[in-house]
Amino acid sequence: MESRLARIVIKVGTGITLLFLYTPLVILGLYAFNKGITRAWPPDLWTTRWFGAAWHDPDLRRALLGSIEAAVGATAVAMLLGSCAAFAVHRFRFFGRDTISFALVLPIALPGIVTAIALSSAINFGNQAFGLTFSIWTIIIGHATFCIVVVFNNVVARLRRTPTSLVEASMDLGADGWQTFRYVTLPAIRTALVAGGLLAFGLSFDEIVVTNFTAGAKLTLPIWIFNNIRLPRQQPVVNVVALVLMVISILPVYLAQRLTGGAEAVSGAAKAAAQGPGA
Amino acid sequence: MATVATTGERTLVRRVSATLFRHPRAKLAALLAAPLGWLLVVYLASLSLMLVTAFWRLNELTSQIERVWGLQNFHTLLTGAQTTPITLSSVVHSVYTVITFRTLGIAVAVTLTDLTLAFPIAYYAARLASPRMRPILLLGVTMPLWSNYLVRVFAWRIITSGDGPLQSLMRLAGVHYSVGASNWAVWLTFCYLWLPFAILPIYAAVERVPGSLLEASSDLGAHGWMTFRRVVVPLILPGLVAASIFTFSLTLGDYITPVLVGKQFFIGNAIYNLVGLASNLPLAAAFATVPVVIMAIYLTVARKLGAFEAL
Repeated sequence: MESRLARIVIKVGTGITLLFLYTPLVILGLYAFNKGITRAWPPDLWTTRWFGAAWHDPDLRRALLGSIEAAVGATAVAMLLGSCAAFAVHRFRFFGRDTISFALVLPIALPGIVTAIALSSAINFGNQAFGLTFSIWTIIIGHATFCIVVVFNNVVARLRRTPTSLVEASMDLGADGWQTFRYVTLPAIRTALVAGGLLAFGLSFDEIVVTNFTAGAKLTLPIWIFNNIRLPRQQPVVNVVALVLMVISILPVYLAQRLTGGAEAVSGAAKAAAQGPGA
Repeated sequence: MATVATTGERTLVRRVSATLFRHPRAKLAALLAAPLGWLLVVYLASLSLMLVTAFWRLNELTSQIERVWGLQNFHTLLTGAQTTPITLSSVVHSVYTVITFRTLGIAVAVTLTDLTLAFPIAYYAARLASPRMRPILLLGVTMPLWSNYLVRVFAWRIITSGDGPLQSLMRLAGVHYSVGASNWAVWLTFCYLWLPFAILPIYAAVERVPGSLLEASSDLGAHGWMTFRRVVVPLILPGLVAASIFTFSLTLGDYITPVLVGKQFFIGNAIYNLVGLASNLPLAAAFATVPVVIMAIYLTVARKLGAFEAL
């Protein structure tokens, strides 16, 4: 077993890693209350006036609205397609079944810039071929493509843990396929479906790598930050938006975690979330 | 069951579901049509278009894409310019070769750093933490992952900037070196961004190591270090490789971090500039095949090492 020394080394290592993970977030939080507009250390605390400035910025409101539209659209598509795929893969054995899981992960597994350039080439081609233009729809199409896998992972994991005998019992008792789905299957997967949807929402709300290539002139919050981050004058407002965004993007993940009782949602999603960023 | 459907609707629904029950293939087709169609039409078609675009050319006078096939973009990637002949020296000095190797270098550095940082906390969470502490630790590791990616890059832009906290700390320690807009800042930021992706697979791998093997190792007289090197590392190797896939692939594909905290070109921001500033989508598409090829090789090797069972 671990010796005393090994335990100490591991504990110190754990402490360093946790410090490394959280210090930047704390520093970022402090700067949101900075009175000055520079990044000089230490920040000159405390003021909340930049929160007001952010709230009254018309571009920022447009960006927030754009982000919500994109996330709602992408989540809806992802929940529908992701659960269809999950049912198909869970219920049936067919040729190419493993390929489907692989193809679903591809948009997230490939380096972000590749997905971005691929979609950009497609939109460019669509523009020449049939006048497709950059709009909220191109953003939604891009986001939905990598959100499907998040819903899929959650639903398929839940289906695997739900005994098929329940479905059989329902059919034996005279329920038709729709009733069985409505009263047996849906209640069993509901929380996993919602958790997957929340994670998809969070993923879409955060996305910048692909969005930059599919948005055209349409604003989303991450695009607004990316455009304003290098303007010194906008520094304090960006700080505030960063803090607010940090807090609200944690919310759906926290809820998803509660709904699925932990590891399933987050580890499944972490697997998928190279997207971060990117994925 | 309480249903409010009228009899007419009811029988129709019943008939449809009965038909689907009798013909499971039809049901399968109905379920698969939408997601498969979406992937094929949107994603795989886009990827193929990217591949095709890589062989088209940009008319430099009109800035329009000409659909003429040719290898000219790959020639440019190899030699740096379309007119330079392919020689060893032109390939070595090609700006794209330099960028590719710089990106590979930082990807390796980030991967090694993250594996080192991830192991202690993964081991602690899997073997030493109390059952109550474990989920809290895991949540603590994943939370930063979900606090907006761009915001975390931005935090490091603040931290590494000329008059920022890191620079003041270094001045206090008597180090006079500017990390602002350097590759050190890019390295730190990448390490930070991908660390949770490294911790989770290693945690899963350590959790699966049977405690009895560690006891056996120490019973047979191995010291802690020996047990670590000869028992733990070989057993968690698939987890380490899985973690490295994330850190490696994510570093290859990122263009935001070099733009915001660094100043040199990496594959990602070079492609970004080829599209944004030069509007040369064909050359950008050709360059984008480079990370795809690198990842394909990496994944093939990882598969041999059994990393996919650990994902």
